[in-house]
Amino acid sequence: MTEKSEYLIELTGMRKAFPGVLATDNVDLKIRRGEVHALLGENGAGKSTLVKMIYGILKPDAGEIRFNGETVDIKNPAHARELGVAMVFQHFSLFDSLTVVENISLGMDQKSDMKTLATKITDVSERYGLPLDPHRHVYTLSVGERQRIEIIRCLLQEPKLLIMDEPTSVLTPQEVDKLFITLRRLGEEGLAILYISHKLDEIKALCDDATILRLGKKVGGVSVAEESTGSLAAMMMGEELKEFKQAAKVTVGDIRLEAKDLNMIASDPLGISLKNINLEVRAGEVVGIAGVAGNGQDELLTALNGEHRNNNPESIYIEGKASANLNPNQRRELGMASVPEKRLGHGAMPDMNLIDNAFLTAYDRLGFIKSGLIDYAKTRKFAKEVIRDFNVKTPRANVPAASLSGGNLQKFIIGREFKQKPSILVVSQPTWGVDAGAAQTIREAIREMASQGAAVLVISQDLDELMEISDRIGAICGGVLSKFYPIEEIIIEKMGLLMAGVELEDGVQNVA
Amino acid sequence: MDILIAAILTIITAATPLLFAALGELVTEKSGVLNLGVEGMMIMGAIIGFVAVHHTGSASVAIIASMVAGAFMASIFAILVLKFHARQVPTGLALTIFGLGLSALIGQSMIGVAYTGIPKIAIPGLASIPVIGNILFNQDGLVYLSILMVIVVYWFMNKTRAGLILRAVGDSHDAAHAMGYSVVKIRFMAILFGGAMAGVGGAYLSLAYSPLWVEGMTAGRGWIALALVVFASWKVGRVLLGAYLFGGITILQLHAQALGIGIPSQVMSMLPYLATILVLVFISRDKTKIKLNSPASLGKPFHESR
Amino acid sequence: MLPRLIKRQTPSASMVYLSPVLALLLTLVASIILFLMMGVSPAAALHAFFVEPISSVYGLSELTVKATPLILIGVALSLGFRAGVWNIGAEGQLILGGIFGGTTALFFYEKTGFYIIPLILITGIIGGMLWAGIVAFLKTRFNANEILTSLMLSYVAALLLNLLIHGPLKDPDGFNFPESRLFSDSALLPILYDGTRMHLGAIIALVAVGLGWILLSRTLLGYQIKVIGDAPAAGEHAGFSPSKIIWITLLISGGAAGLAGAIEVSGPIGQVLPNISPGYGFAAIIVAYVGRLHPLGVLFSALLLALSYLGGETAQIKLNLPVAVTGVFQGLLLFFLLASDVLIHYRLQFSKQAAV
Repeated sequence: MTEKSEYLIELTGMRKAFPGVLATDNVDLKIRRGEVHALLGENGAGKSTLVKMIYGILKPDAGEIRFNGETVDIKNPAHARELGVAMVFQHFSLFDSLTVVENISLGMDQKSDMKTLATKITDVSERYGLPLDPHRHVYTLSVGERQRIEIIRCLLQEPKLLIMDEPTSVLTPQEVDKLFITLRRLGEEGLAILYISHKLDEIKALCDDATILRLGKKVGGVSVAEESTGSLAAMMMGEELKEFKQAAKVTVGDIRLEAKDLNMIASDPLGISLKNINLEVRAGEVVGIAGVAGNGQDELLTALNGEHRNNNPESIYIEGKASANLNPNQRRELGMASVPEKRLGHGAMPDMNLIDNAFLTAYDRLGFIKSGLIDYAKTRKFAKEVIRDFNVKTPRANVPAASLSGGNLQKFIIGREFKQKPSILVVSQPTWGVDAGAAQTIREAIREMASQGAAVLVISQDLDELMEISDRIGAICGGVLSKFYPIEEIIIEKMGLLMAGVELEDGVQNVA
Repeated sequence: MDILIAAILTIITAATPLLFAALGELVTEKSGVLNLGVEGMMIMGAIIGFVAVHHTGSASVAIIASMVAGAFMASIFAILVLKFHARQVPTGLALTIFGLGLSALIGQSMIGVAYTGIPKIAIPGLASIPVIGNILFNQDGLVYLSILMVIVVYWFMNKTRAGLILRAVGDSHDAAHAMGYSVVKIRFMAILFGGAMAGVGGAYLSLAYSPLWVEGMTAGRGWIALALVVFASWKVGRVLLGAYLFGGITILQLHAQALGIGIPSQVMSMLPYLATILVLVFISRDKTKIKLNSPASLGKPFHESR
Repeated sequence: MLPRLIKRQTPSASMVYLSPVLALLLTLVASIILFLMMGVSPAAALHAFFVEPISSVYGLSELTVKATPLILIGVALSLGFRAGVWNIGAEGQLILGGIFGGTTALFFYEKTGFYIIPLILITGIIGGMLWAGIVAFLKTRFNANEILTSLMLSYVAALLLNLLIHGPLKDPDGFNFPESRLFSDSALLPILYDGTRMHLGAIIALVAVGLGWILLSRTLLGYQIKVIGDAPAAGEHAGFSPSKIIWITLLISGGAAGLAGAIEVSGPIGQVLPNISPGYGFAAIIVAYVGRLHPLGVLFSALLLALSYLGGETAQIKLNLPVAVTGVFQGLLLFFLLASDVLIHYRLQFSKQAAV
């Protein structure tokens, strides 16, 4: 193999515009063979656009891609794979009802029979420490195992460049460590890795060089070893990282929401059953629950808000009243509001307009029914107030919920619940898939609710977010809830153990 | 003994049209599409097959014509659902209503026309085995074809790459699309196959079972075929079992009177429908099983998006 | 070059109303082609189909007679379809209504009294609800697909009627014909306009439109129906019970179909026959869709479908066309409607340039 260039891949002057926004503007990027290269930037900085151009999903407006020193025009993903580029996406493309080997077979360009493929999978999985049984069905696998399928699928193509898009967002810290061992090993074998992330400590731990993007422009190309997390963050954010300011210590009041040995069999056969859940949330505090997706978060929310009930009323207390047998309406009457993770289809009806959507959970508390008939004038007024006060961007109130962007719909749903002035609030994944600006607004609104005296429970996969807004924090794993710890007494590593279902020994309150 | 042989022969003839239609619908549903128009496609296969045999005298031509008719009906459904993003449930209903009307229109001149029935093919040697030979190896070609199709569909779904892709599309059309498979094209083919199979199932009624044309002669068999797919938990082998079970219920109806059981004929005629309901209840009450076995994107609309 | 479909940002409000009109036009074009293929003058056929039946007072009154069951069932089915409850066995529920109502009428054969007609209608409603209640029970208790169970029960209902009309309901003096006695006058619905068959049912149907409209647009129940249909999980989030909605919509549509059956036997038919409906229960599915699942729309589409029945009869008499043309027309109409509906969510783009 002749190597005409020091670099495996060189991008120069990459530019891509979408209507109304310049996603990447004159970006350069160079990766050597065997290097783990970080692509660093906040949400919306242009990282995804850039790698989609490398992988042939998007066509650049301008710029040059050189692979092994030769200029190439990457037409589509198949062409990219032919050149030796493989990519592990943030959201997996997997078929739940098929086996691992069937899934991998479907994603391979060159065909081989199932037996040979299964043997190859076992080989690769043993060589790189990615344990995976080729004959398991995907629906029986954990998120971490699912990611291994994608990685092995890529490795079987014997790529020269492996792109990984935010691979750790679905993993526990311990799983992350294992992944990093694999990635370093791959780098040592000469594979170039482009590692996309906005998590600075990961990049410090793993990467050699880093390219930093901000608002579509390259703002830095550095050697990671020579930088501190602070200086990397400064480049990424454009200013010195603000010291995390601890919110003024709130005076915590009475217990408003309490679960006592709450058990709930999952109604969905693929769901997670809740086991002996104990928690209490007091007036004025924000309690955070961390956890990797699919560990019972949805089940916990629907158990607390009454969508799913069991026949032991004593397992949930709302404002001191045994409530586990109450339906969502009755619990709302007691002052509880909730925001589910899934917006379209759970928090809102996609094809119905915002006025109808405003009515959904507010009609009882705000009295939208007058002598048996719906008072649409009043409902419309409320919908417009939500839109105005929570800065929801929409042309009118009578457009279907599905026509709003994710962030705007989330602001609408949050606004609908917050404006009812609940005394207890349960929110799941409040900022998932929401742009940075809206996410900040939502987090501030959540803290504001607590400081006004509401008891707030936030369930989130975003550990950074929970560390920022919670007063106490715990984690859920496999339907089991950990103990809760004051935020100032816990560090990320301990959270990792909790998320993996390991109970901390009492008294091992660490020094941060 | 003779009664028993006659009974088994009736089971086979009653089961064959159901077997064809249910196998076709199984493939369609495995690709993630619920086509409720089986009844309409069957009845069109029945009349077109009958017209074809009346004009050409050839059973083979008639069978091919019935497949084309079923596939044509299915293509209307496919275009509406895949290209025009119409919802699958009402579109399937429309297909049934349209098929029942159009077949009645076409069949106007066929009422009272006689046909001898498609010929039996005795397999040399095997057919002369006592008892079994006459039952198993002296059937018309469509019976053999229906059994052959069970094997072909089983092999296709479980042993071929195309079958794997089809199952993948039915499991998650978004993932399949992301991998570069053409969801629309694959579903189109699956729907057409389902139509052709329903068509030949219908033709079995007008060419072999009754052999004559009667308006609405499918009498709900298309719907029973849909229920059979659920009964079979989307497994090919169980479709065979289910179709023959239902064939068995049909013979109860035909032979009960011959045996001198004093039950009104209408009650006996209700049996297949009541059995369908019973079977549905029996299978569906286990939600977990249904959820794990049914194709995950069954009936859901697919929109290409990026 | 073919036009491409481009997804609209928000659904088109005007296409919601224009789509049925477009569908009707396309159906007419297709019918003309069909008539030409059958060797019939399209002008004569269309005249026989759509003009002649309603060019007399009697014709108009017949239109209301045919439209009455279609409106009643269409309005009720719309509620269910909105909730995603697919009761397609209204035909069977109608038959049960006919059986129950007819039995009541025959039971009071020798009695007179104002109470008889209400009793006939109420027992008809009960019969239809009973039949639909089985579907609701099997759906909520055993998760059994309501499409298949309701349809299977339709076949059972037809056989049950056949059984009864050959047995207990048979006219004792009827020379063994499978027909009941002609109902006595107190069991016949009052005629609204002398010399026609237009009966009280027409008013009941109009009331149903009004009630359906208020229910759907202004009550919590109507709102719950719409929410469960659009997003069942959102309904549960708000505390609505999907099972309750399944029961209510099935009982309403079963009751309405049963009422229609009772109205048929005690109105235009006047006795129990082996065949009391030319497929009203199935045609009402089309009525509901073409009427946009909205009670007022159902009123118009029911009149259109009623006309297709009358037209089919006229065309048979005048032009010797088979009655089956009606079924083809109804099927085509629904096809074209479903196809036209794409324009609500998509617009056509004729330029060759693909939008990125």
